[in-house]
Amino acid sequence: MNITRRQVLILLPAAAVAWKYVIAGSPEASPNYSMTEHWWGMLVDVTKCIGCGTCVRGCQTENAVPDGYYRTWVERYHVSDAGIENPTVDSPDGGKNGFPPAAQAGGKNFFVPKMCNHCADSPCTQVCPVGATFISPDGVVLVDQKYCLGCRYCIQACPYGCRFLDPNTKTAQKCTLCYHRITKGLTTACCEVCPTGARQLADLKNPKDPIHEFLETHSVQVLKPHLATKAKLYYNGLDGAVR
Amino acid sequence: MANLKDAGHLLRLAAVFLVGFIVFLVLRGVLIPRSFGQYGHYRGNAIAEVAGRPISFGGHQACESCHSDVLETKAKGKHKGVACEACHGALAKHAEDPTALQPAKLDTAVLCARCHEANIAKPAAFPQVAAVDHSGGLACNTCHQPHSPVIDSGAAK
Repeated sequence: MNITRRQVLILLPAAAVAWKYVIAGSPEASPNYSMTEHWWGMLVDVTKCIGCGTCVRGCQTENAVPDGYYRTWVERYHVSDAGIENPTVDSPDGGKNGFPPAAQAGGKNFFVPKMCNHCADSPCTQVCPVGATFISPDGVVLVDQKYCLGCRYCIQACPYGCRFLDPNTKTAQKCTLCYHRITKGLTTACCEVCPTGARQLADLKNPKDPIHEFLETHSVQVLKPHLATKAKLYYNGLDGAVR
Repeated sequence: MANLKDAGHLLRLAAVFLVGFIVFLVLRGVLIPRSFGQYGHYRGNAIAEVAGRPISFGGHQACESCHSDVLETKAKGKHKGVACEACHGALAKHAEDPTALQPAKLDTAVLCARCHEANIAKPAAFPQVAAVDHSGGLACNTCHQPHSPVIDSGAAK
């Protein structure tokens, strides 16, 4: 069979494209876990949070979070009767070791657990210049640690302040919604250890998940809804002073 | 066809572009990770890498498969909904091999206070005490049994 130079030149690009698909392969999937069958979120019941910091310690243990950095943390709000626009917020060590007695008497006081909102339209994934951060097909915002340049764009973009630059790896780090646990049928570390059930992992695609009844029967909010990030961290009993 | 006679330089230019395009495709195939673009503008294999991390908290179901007696005690009391590892710490290694790691002995004077020390920001309905007034620093399990903390008929351990 005779192939002319012209034919070779036409075939080469086609071969290059084909080769790409030959070497692509498929990723190692968790057994019994199908990404298309889940859409993860979380329910945070502010009225149940006691500010014990067990979630913060649990997260640090589970994910080896460096000291001084937090993938989840707890804030204490103090709202005076006149000052809903200017609440006082403190979070010593992210609330990891609980909270000291309140400095100000009176007014309204409550705890708010915070973490990545796993937005369906997340600003952080939109700004990544290399595609190192993304929302997985099951709705979890993750960081590709091998691909991240450490440029910090995503840290600036997150309106909830949920990302940090890992001082050891110099890459962006954040809550993974304990992706290594939820793909094995476990709940997240923070939900597992929360003693009052203030945090509940929610699978919005599972019709049997109690989240659906809860959302139908309670006044639930997300943080900063005006930013249209489609946050999936649903807060029950959230005060208007919370930012 | 006659006017193609002087088109040699155009063909050479086209050939240069074609070679450049092929080099681009080959480099693209080599440099871009195999799974990039599988699900979106990211490396598909990164998902499996994140999911591959080992767990530290075994989950209360793992504890309950052996310690069913504690589960029974807890079911009667107010700590029914509190998972084992909330107090005992991350024990996935213990769940995997009970001899590999023994849970640490807990100091109830510190542990209980984390939740039950009075704080104005806690929900009013949550049971709270000022430890100093309540017990004067005495370990809580002197009177309360942590797995079912209500003191009944004065005889508790």
